[in-house]
Amino acid sequence: MTFKKTFLAVAAAAMTLAGSTAVAEALRVGVEGAYAPFSKKEADGTLSGFDIDMAYALCQKLERECVLVEQEWDGMIPALIANKYDAIVASMSITEDRKKKVGFSEKYYHTPSRFIARDDASFEMTREGTSGVKIGVLRGTTLQCYVEKHFPEADIKLYNTQEDVFADLTAGRLDLQLNNTLGALEGFLNTPQGKGFSFYGEDLDDPACLGEGVGIAVRKGDPLAAELSAAIEEIRADGTYKTINDKYFPVDIYGN
Amino acid sequence: METERTFLEYLRHISENLSPLDFLLIYDNLGKFFEGALVTLQLTILALFLGGLLAIPMAIARAYRKPGWSQAIWGYTYAFRGTPLLVQTYLFYFGLGQFEAVRNSFLWGPVLSDPWWCVLIAFTLNTAAYTTEFLKGAIETTPEGEVEASKACGMSPFTRMRLVVLPSAFRRALPAYSNEVIFTLHGSVIASTVTLQDLLGVGRWLNGRYYLAYEGFITAMVFYMGIVFLISIAFRMAEKRYLRHLRPHEADPSAQANATI
Repeated sequence: MTFKKTFLAVAAAAMTLAGSTAVAEALRVGVEGAYAPFSKKEADGTLSGFDIDMAYALCQKLERECVLVEQEWDGMIPALIANKYDAIVASMSITEDRKKKVGFSEKYYHTPSRFIARDDASFEMTREGTSGVKIGVLRGTTLQCYVEKHFPEADIKLYNTQEDVFADLTAGRLDLQLNNTLGALEGFLNTPQGKGFSFYGEDLDDPACLGEGVGIAVRKGDPLAAELSAAIEEIRADGTYKTINDKYFPVDIYGN
Repeated sequence: METERTFLEYLRHISENLSPLDFLLIYDNLGKFFEGALVTLQLTILALFLGGLLAIPMAIARAYRKPGWSQAIWGYTYAFRGTPLLVQTYLFYFGLGQFEAVRNSFLWGPVLSDPWWCVLIAFTLNTAAYTTEFLKGAIETTPEGEVEASKACGMSPFTRMRLVVLPSAFRRALPAYSNEVIFTLHGSVIASTVTLQDLLGVGRWLNGRYYLAYEGFITAMVFYMGIVFLISIAFRMAEKRYLRHLRPHEADPSAQANATI
């Protein structure tokens, strides 16, 4: 009897809660968590990083409560389509391929990507020159598209998280790895783990694969895209963006 | 040629208009899935074979309670059966790679730097642990009469093991082993988490490359189902042959004819 009463009370409470949130519905944001300094997990399990701060700042502009939903990278778009969350704030580049599946806001940052190798490494970065060279990238990224297109004869290894790529690079299982330059600097090269490694070659250039900056993905046709674009402009204008940017990076990563 | 084109056109028609799945994309990448199936089968079969070889002496030592050995082997099987295969694989792959000493050892270059070997070692030790335990049980339940009879024939302990105890134990372990084979196959998906392009690895590659949710997984699933189907048929045939004595006796028509006379 008491159990039944408690159950009913909880159910009633849940219902009122559901009713109240329906007024200003929370924005569920898909984030990753293993892509420092954009998103990473602290020892106590909370998420932090540029993307995370960005998500909260944008929610605030939209005057909606933010609910962060963690998702491993290769399931990011499928989970958005499956309605597990409403927007992806996880350093996702805007590409033609992805636009077939989802809608995007305007970009919120744009940084180039570059290879990383051991200081003393030397490769001829051509199709033949990289034959058999072990290149590691995160699965389901623009970088996977890039290496598979330009270096199809390389031994391309796909990883679930960027942290695993770095682990294997330091362990010597990879000759090269490909990453966003800022992510690579703050997440690897400037850390003790990255000692003995440096950038290799120039910034990559292939808009077809690499896209035109990083945006916020939403379901196709969702008007949220326009709202988010407006919110990005607002935080650019009122200095919120700069505050967050300066917390993580020495330069403005918005790009031109 | 004509039929092929219409088949592809048909696939495109279905994919674009009728189905949420892109069958054409699956069809285009089918070759990759077969390559993935080969990696899966290779790892599963080799792990089962090597694990089985390791398990036989360990099961004997456990069943006959060889002092020292039995406890040590129990410790090993307990550790490997009590922890997830994923954790074991990570330990061999990411764990060992952390140590400078391991990276400088002679084993690093040819073996431990290669995900294929790390996975094979983890899978082998894992399946060997399970096989040891149920083979030990099967050896322990050898009917006393079979042992006595072989002693009466003057067989040495080695011959007795080779000709009587083990063959009899293998038969009793056969149904349990079919489960172990299927579990090992299912466990082999862990290979994809350390960059190997096994069946699931190819599925995830396809999903990752084209930002899909289902196509890669569903195709991999169909392949796994096909493999499991073949395994169960093989075991059903083996059980029919080796466990014939356990089946209910069929009426012998000639005996029946004699009885009526």
